[in-house]
Amino acid sequence: MNDDDRVFKALADPTRRHLLDRLFQRDGRTLSELESELEMTRFGVMKHLRLLEEAGLVVTRRQGREKLHYLNPVPIRLVHDRWIDKYTEHRVSALAELKTQLEETA
Amino acid sequence: MTTMTAQATQVYQVFIKATPEAIWDAITKPEFTSKYFHGVTIETTPEERRSYHDSELKNVGEVMEYDPPRRLVHGWISYYDPVLAAEDPSRVSWEIEPQESGYSLLTVTHDQLEGAPQTAVNVSGTGWMMVLSGLKTLLETGEPLAG
Repeated sequence: MNDDDRVFKALADPTRRHLLDRLFQRDGRTLSELESELEMTRFGVMKHLRLLEEAGLVVTRRQGREKLHYLNPVPIRLVHDRWIDKYTEHRVSALAELKTQLEETA
Repeated sequence: MTTMTAQATQVYQVFIKATPEAIWDAITKPEFTSKYFHGVTIETTPEERRSYHDSELKNVGEVMEYDPPRRLVHGWISYYDPVLAAEDPSRVSWEIEPQESGYSLLTVTHDQLEGAPQTAVNVSGTGWMMVLSGLKTLLETGEPLAG
């Protein structure tokens, strides 16, 4: 699995998207905090967080005895740059080409 | 987003296919920074980091840790906007860790933003992401991001 696969796989699950949304609202949360907002076992939340971490979407930092979870938006940006920009750019250049052609024949 | 607030600690991480030395040069040498860092020229010495755009000072920070090619920590005050310039200085840490098969992991932590809420908003969103995405593209392809 490459980096993009991991990001798409991580985003394919509603619980994981919800966890990212929670971190987007307030970063640097502990597992207990995140768990308290979900109707899921601690083990389940840990499993989802691990997948998010493997995809690089969540970064953890130790602060004293606590492990804090931070949202890392860079992989989403890279997917955007690689996929979305690529297609919009073509569409824009196709339109630009059409304009040139139409204006030349007019 | 309804209200514009941003986190007081922001963490950004990216894998780059480059050596720690190449990443260190790209973040500390002005000839590289202008290609991916919003077009600004950044001069970094073990004492101070200053960024300029067309010789106009944009950002200044005291360098607190200077450990090539692994760790750079510096202060952050933006001067291009009076609101940002009046806020407390915040802190930026760059950590570079070598990984397998020619990759390095770059982690940028922008923290101590409690006294700089507008700066926090300013650097979040696409701010740091554009810089890191551009840095990755530059180091991996030798080309600045098309923009």
